[in-house]
Amino acid sequence: MSNNLTNQQAPASEATGRQRRHPLLRNLSAKIAAIPMVLVTLVGFVGCSVWSIVYSFTSSKSLPRETFVGLKQYDRLFDSSRWQASVENVAIYGVCSLVFSLGVGFLLAVAMDQKIRFENTFRTIFLYPFALSFIVTGLVWQWLLNGDFGIAQVIRDIGFTNFEFNILSDREYSIYAIVIAGLWQGTGFVMALMLAGLRGIDQDIWKAARVDGIPAWRTYLFIVIPMMKPVFITTLVIIASGIVKVFDLVVALTDGGPGVSSELPAKYVYDWMFGRGNLGQALAASTVMLSTVLIILIPWAYLEYSQKKDATHG
Amino acid sequence: MTSVAISDLSLSFGPVEVLKSLNLEVEEGEFVVLLGPSGCGKSTLLNCIAGLLDVTAGQIFIDGKNVTWEEPKDRGIGMVFQSYALYPQMSVEKNLSFGLRVAGLPKNEIIERVSRAAEILQIEPLLKRKPGALSGGQRQRVAIGRALVRDVNVFLFDEPLSNLDAKLRTDLRVELKRLHQRLGNTMIYVTHDQIEALTLADRIAIMKDGLIQQFDSPSNIYNNPHNRFVAGFIGSPGMNFLQGALVSEAGQWFFNAEGLRVPLSDYRFVHPPQEGQAVEFGLRPEHIVVGDASTTQPVTMQVDTELVEPMGADTVLWTNVAGHALTIRTDSESNVKTGDNINIGFNTARVSIFSENGERV
Ligand SMILES: Nc1ncnc2c1ncn2[C@@H]1O[C@H](COP(=O)(O)OP(=O)(O)OP(=O)(O)O)[C@@H](O)[C@H]1O
Ligand SMILES: [Mg+2]
Repeated sequence: MSNNLTNQQAPASEATGRQRRHPLLRNLSAKIAAIPMVLVTLVGFVGCSVWSIVYSFTSSKSLPRETFVGLKQYDRLFDSSRWQASVENVAIYGVCSLVFSLGVGFLLAVAMDQKIRFENTFRTIFLYPFALSFIVTGLVWQWLLNGDFGIAQVIRDIGFTNFEFNILSDREYSIYAIVIAGLWQGTGFVMALMLAGLRGIDQDIWKAARVDGIPAWRTYLFIVIPMMKPVFITTLVIIASGIVKVFDLVVALTDGGPGVSSELPAKYVYDWMFGRGNLGQALAASTVMLSTVLIILIPWAYLEYSQKKDATHG
Repeated sequence: MTSVAISDLSLSFGPVEVLKSLNLEVEEGEFVVLLGPSGCGKSTLLNCIAGLLDVTAGQIFIDGKNVTWEEPKDRGIGMVFQSYALYPQMSVEKNLSFGLRVAGLPKNEIIERVSRAAEILQIEPLLKRKPGALSGGQRQRVAIGRALVRDVNVFLFDEPLSNLDAKLRTDLRVELKRLHQRLGNTMIYVTHDQIEALTLADRIAIMKDGLIQQFDSPSNIYNNPHNRFVAGFIGSPGMNFLQGALVSEAGQWFFNAEGLRVPLSDYRFVHPPQEGQAVEFGLRPEHIVVGDASTTQPVTMQVDTELVEPMGADTVLWTNVAGHALTIRTDSESNVKTGDNINIGFNTARVSIFSENGERV
């Protein structure tokens, strides 16, 4: 360090002194400005994650204790039928919200991009649910999906007197109630992101494609969507983080029921940590969640990063 | 034979009328440049020809066929944009061939056309690269190639060179001219650069406010502007305009202005002049002769130099004659200095006179 400082104070004529400066000292002020953020990340995220992982190997109850019990908590976790249901449900919820909010959001954005009238009105309508909290969304849909006086009753009133629709109290389908409510809330936001992406495409590209005689759907598929890759990645990250942490929606809509049929991992962690006072079990569950995310994230980040490097070098 | 014919074309964006009953006929194999100030409707006209905008009224014929309501791809045109508009995620080769593949052309035909275009434009080494890895000039070449592979009779260019630096623009301009000579296609080219227009065009259409002011060969546009707007728009520095009136004396017409009297012995009137008619007298800065040589000119006078601007190849003098400002372009050899009183001369065969409504007299 002191060596570098003397280098800096060397006479200006010694031009090589500047070049030989340690890489750590380049953009020094920017780095100093970033220190608080780096500390927060290190302590908040990395530190707490490590702490959680360590205590997931203990038999901690309400308070953390350092009695290590090896993989016992994990054994118990994977044996638990509630955890198994949670994992299955998060898979259903995840696949459905990824596919539908991306698909429907993109199609809505395409529809909005056709220079329709009242575009602002529609955009507000679609985006409005995003302004609500998950608790409100959950309560709204609890009413709408109620088998006795929700949408089902409306359809019966129209004349289909035998109509039955009560997924909230159906073990098989209750998770789909959460999927529907989640999509209702999130799709408008995806649409807004996609619309911004579509608007960012140079109009000349569209003109060129028309002169080339490329039909609109092919232009979208082979030219516009590839150009929107950054928007898709941003959207994907936002949706994916929403999937991992979905919690309040379940609490408000079904509270995990009937039985454990609509439980989700984040709720499992919460219940064991605060409801049942079993820190070890809760941390084991959260560690499994963390490793799943990392298993998906690391190869992807690696791929992205190495590609960028190739692009700049090649 | 007529290649592109436009009759009474009008186009409005809502209440704004951009093109007003415009007529234009382009001969086969002609290089036509649309030139005009920003916002006069050049791009709009080009987009109408391409079929990218629906016209409000009027008709468009390409190769004798009424294409007013045809899709762009069925009009037999290729188009090149200012922003290149290449498909960024596709290689150069795919950029060139994508439209052909969508059209369902046989594979070997596609390969043949792409390699021919690549050969003409000398972009063979770039075929595997993506547009992001090309320079501006190379990108514009690929964009031209994309129009080339369509094997059409009419090429439309919308300011294809204006995103390039000055040097590259000159190079590509020459190349475009060569390309036109080699292919013999009809080309309609939009620009607001007069040098580009004068060097490339067989005929130039000067546009203003959605109307064509004059459609003529570059030399006629330059030497015989039909109206005051065309005269003022072409040329740099711009034409000198002196306000005054026409008077006759013993069968000889004179241009009379405050402290000035110019005999118009060599001027060819297109309309019979009237005694006392208020006119503008237009004289190009480069048509004024300075120094000893000026004595051989039919009209001579003395002017005061107010400012000297050396521009390298030539020098621009800002002068004053009897209270009228006069710009003179002379070669850089002349060593006129600020404040000098100099002799100038010119020939009235080369001047333009416009009536009050802007028409040539
Ligand atoms: N989509 C549109 N809606 C409304 N007005 C438009 C639209 N497109 C163009 N205009 C108007 O039409 C006029 C002509 O535009 P155009 O793009 O043809 O000009 P231009 O001659 O190509 O100018 P430039 O040299 O700046 O490209 C302009 O006044 C512009 O404001
Ligand atoms: Mg334009």
